[in-house]
Amino acid sequence: MPLDTARVRPTLELRGVSKQFSDLRALSDVCLRIEPGDSVLLYGPNGAGKTTLLRVLSTLARPTEGQVLFAGADVQRNLAAAKAAIGFISHTTFLYGELSARENLEFTGRLFGLPNLQQRMDAVLDLFRLRERAKTPVRELSRGYQQRASLARAFLHDPQFLLLDEPFTGLDAASAESLQELLQRLPEQGKALVFSTHNFDQGTAIAQRLVALEGGRVRFDGPLSLAPLPALRITAQGKEIRKSE
Amino acid sequence: MHTLRVIWAIFSKDMRVEWRHRETLASMSIFGVLVVFLFNFAFEPAREETLRLLPGLLWVAFAFAGVLGFNRSFAAERENAAFEGMRLAPVDPGAIYLGKMLANLFFLGIAEVIVVFAASLWYNFSFVPVLGRFALITFLCTLGYVAVGTTFGAIAANTRMREVMLPVLQFPVAVPIFIAGVEASTGALKGDPLGDYAGWIKLAAGFSVVFVVLSYLLFEYVLEE
Repeated sequence: MPLDTARVRPTLELRGVSKQFSDLRALSDVCLRIEPGDSVLLYGPNGAGKTTLLRVLSTLARPTEGQVLFAGADVQRNLAAAKAAIGFISHTTFLYGELSARENLEFTGRLFGLPNLQQRMDAVLDLFRLRERAKTPVRELSRGYQQRASLARAFLHDPQFLLLDEPFTGLDAASAESLQELLQRLPEQGKALVFSTHNFDQGTAIAQRLVALEGGRVRFDGPLSLAPLPALRITAQGKEIRKSE
Repeated sequence: MHTLRVIWAIFSKDMRVEWRHRETLASMSIFGVLVVFLFNFAFEPAREETLRLLPGLLWVAFAFAGVLGFNRSFAAERENAAFEGMRLAPVDPGAIYLGKMLANLFFLGIAEVIVVFAASLWYNFSFVPVLGRFALITFLCTLGYVAVGTTFGAIAANTRMREVMLPVLQFPVAVPIFIAGVEASTGALKGDPLGDYAGWIKLAAGFSVVFVVLSYLLFEYVLEE
């Protein structure tokens, strides 16, 4: 029986999640709970497991061990409701290169069964300033425009959980600032944001909570103001402290 | 109702993508016609041998055109990980399978029409007197082949040597449908009584139903990372 997500407070949770790829253990015993209003910066060096963690949260990847919970129950019990509540972007755009941004959004909207699709499409095209390039095939767009189209796709169905893997990649300064303002407003709208970025300053300007990953393990999960940055080998400027220092 | 809309959305998306780059249908049709063309020089069948060789020749052309089509179908999905974008949506994996399968069936059907037309010219053979039965046999066998090819196309898409893996995986499974196609087509083209080859038609129909249903039910496991 589908969960009544209107009554149950939607949360997204990892309990003891590990993910193994052949001989690589990408995640080890990760416990993480995301609630509406959370704004979480996922930080760590290359290979720490940030992308894998986001893929598991988004339901694109299944954990090797542990559980992914949505609204308190195993996500597999109510996969459709979980997917409808999640917006995810990754290193690839999830877009069809032969189709325009508008056509990609239309296709996505039909998969999600969205009402008032044209109005929603116009709204996200305006939000990410894509109107003037909306009819251009995605493969002909610059990297920055492709990233904006990918973001528009993630926001189209007005999800409760935004899982963004390096969302600022390819964006020019104006677009990055605009995205930063948008992401800062999400918690007050009751949405949850989990994002990764290599720009620590940019991340801390948006997030209120830090989850530091290293070697697939969570080394810290708590308010940004309480994060032991030196212990996490992160300077105040957001640079990693090399071991020799 | 939502499932039907999803199937239609995926089917029409594939049509639109193909209309933009026009690679899948062109490559399938040209390859199939080339097979027919080359066989003409390889065997130079006399008129009385044409009926014996033609069904097998056609199904060889259909089989390899299909492999091209299934590979190309999922190549478009691999670009920018668009297939994962579909998986992020709250849709039944079986609906994704049916949408892709219908698109592949449409493309292969068009290619088959072109190949049959080319064969009728090169071998000076008229399909018109037996068109109805031949079309039914071809449709049923193509349905079964596409049911298998779509599933294995999705599996092979995630492997390194996908162009080789797809035929290696799917042909052993699809052998019954090819045998049924050749035997039933031979009977139809020779003008034999329907009862002589009805068993092969029933085999093709049963195979198609079984594999469409199985693939629909199991496609979520094909999609898993």
